[in-house]
Amino acid sequence: MLNHKLLEVENLKKYYPITGGLFARQIGEVKAVDGVSFYIKEGETLGLAGESGCGKSTLGRTILRLEEPTEGEITYQGINITKLTKKELRGLRKQIQIIFQDPQSSLDPRMTANQSIGEALLIHGMRDDQERAKRVAEILERVGLESRHAWRYPHEFSSGQRQRIGIGRALAVNPKLIIADEPVSALDVSIQAQILNLMLDLQKEFGLAYLFIAHDLSVIRQVSHRVAIMYLGKIVELAEKGEIFQKPLHPYTEALLSAIPNIRQKKKTRILLPGSVPSPLNPPPGCRFHTRCHRVLPICDKEEPPLKDIGEGHLVACHLY
Amino acid sequence: MTDVILRIRNLRTYFFTRRGIVKAVDGVDFDLGKSECLCLVGESGCGKTVTALSILSLIDSPPGRIVGGEIYYNNLNLLECPPDQIRRIRGKEIAMIFQDAQSALNPVFTIGDQVVEQVKLHLGTTTREAKEKAISLLEEVGIPTPEKVANYYPHQLSGGMRQRAMIAMSLSCDPQILIADEPTTAVDVTVKAQIMDIFNQLKNTRQMSLLFITHELSIVSEIGDRILVMYGGRVAETTTVSELLNNPKHPYTASLIKCLPDITQVRDRLETIPGTVPSLIDPPGGCLFHPRCDKALPICREEKPPPVTITNGHTVFCHLYSRKGEMG
Repeated sequence: MLNHKLLEVENLKKYYPITGGLFARQIGEVKAVDGVSFYIKEGETLGLAGESGCGKSTLGRTILRLEEPTEGEITYQGINITKLTKKELRGLRKQIQIIFQDPQSSLDPRMTANQSIGEALLIHGMRDDQERAKRVAEILERVGLESRHAWRYPHEFSSGQRQRIGIGRALAVNPKLIIADEPVSALDVSIQAQILNLMLDLQKEFGLAYLFIAHDLSVIRQVSHRVAIMYLGKIVELAEKGEIFQKPLHPYTEALLSAIPNIRQKKKTRILLPGSVPSPLNPPPGCRFHTRCHRVLPICDKEEPPLKDIGEGHLVACHLY
Repeated sequence: MTDVILRIRNLRTYFFTRRGIVKAVDGVDFDLGKSECLCLVGESGCGKTVTALSILSLIDSPPGRIVGGEIYYNNLNLLECPPDQIRRIRGKEIAMIFQDAQSALNPVFTIGDQVVEQVKLHLGTTTREAKEKAISLLEEVGIPTPEKVANYYPHQLSGGMRQRAMIAMSLSCDPQILIADEPTTAVDVTVKAQIMDIFNQLKNTRQMSLLFITHELSIVSEIGDRILVMYGGRVAETTTVSELLNNPKHPYTASLIKCLPDITQVRDRLETIPGTVPSLIDPPGGCLFHPRCDKALPICREEKPPPVTITNGHTVFCHLYSRKGEMG
């Protein structure tokens, strides 16, 4: 793995206004992503985990500027993405692609596999029909489909095959970074393993970097080099995979890991978090996790803990450390 | 197993569609014992939910129809019962929890009203008694302020809370059998842990049989006594949970366990099962799993595998263990 930083995100924020009242005045904000910083190196997978509503998908979409960031900087190979015009952005999107969770709804039902993948090529400047057809066939084969499948519509594929098309479409333009937003959570276990293996193979072959968003920590563990855990719009812990799974520091990470059912360990002691995730509309003061934390200190509801390095790149945002 | 409360024999539920007959459940046999937890496991489309819906006569007809088999609930064949009688059993003696609590709850009634309705209907109590019962049920499933929550509408609750409300509702008439269809699939890990905790408590406190449907093997190890693995509308293997996890016999079960990503260790590559789940309109001949099976024998293409008893209570439908398979 190269040590070159491919993508750097600095204090990224994405707030959604909430309007209400007679003149649709802004009456509040949903702080979906609230000051997130991290980087991804070339050829590396950063796993991003957290529960629903913690802002992981918004973060992924904001990096591609599918959502406009409210604040903060996104730097891709030295270029500040946040300041690019639409036209400049298009060139860049060739290098950063996205795979969505639900291949059923992310593929156009009226386009064949050939058209779906071909469209990506066409947009990014491959105008020659024959060349394009050749490339599509190549890609289909690479993602484990047959080139005779090219003329089928999405409904003629199984969900695993559809996800392969989704991956193929992202791959078509030779990206360097792929944002994979829950790419396997809609799939059955036997198919999930096939797709994960495919993604790992493609990474080796093309030196891809992934931002791998998932809520399933056992999947994250399988594919990631480093792992970031998000809670209510903030990263609470970020470390090398080995570190985070062997000795999780943040109480939330601890609870998450203990909550995973495992067939190989029967009945383990589990940290049950009380209640549910607070509303991002009105997050708790101080540390956002203090309302559910089992190791809460007096300071936790007053001061927000910064994300700090406690050695060897293990970042944690918690007053305990 | 001592007392059997639900006995299913050769259940066949087909869907008659324009493209052909979908054999969603094709000859399923199993017994559910008193206060036992049986887990029904398999990938999407393997017929788990259709089996559950068949038990309660909730199959939409057309296109679906139970074309054969017997479902005995305490010696009463549910398939021969008139609709009136089924209606009295459904919800009262056999209750069901659905996967998506959001769409299973009525959005225009409060949680309390929905529980009260069921209690009044089945138990014939007064509204006041029913209300008290509703609140104590909400408390039992770990809802912190049950008096308040009873007045909430479903949209005011989080996913985990809604699922709890569903569980409370299903428990309202002290059912003999509770069918839980993927109750933890639509929720987050931490909520999943909470819900599983409730199920474990219920198992200990109530004398109730539980038919637990899930696609996650990892959940089974926490709750199940016995397990039934389904593939393509048929049973692949059935045994106790620990036996299945430690000593799976059917090649499908074995690969299913192997291809689970493991949180405790990382492998270079995950094991996979090649191919995809077969179409049930035009299924492969013989054993449905043979196109994906790495141990397939010539006979697997020809003949449906018979049940083979490995040990007492461990049955597998696979030619590898049948006499014909050995000879072939």
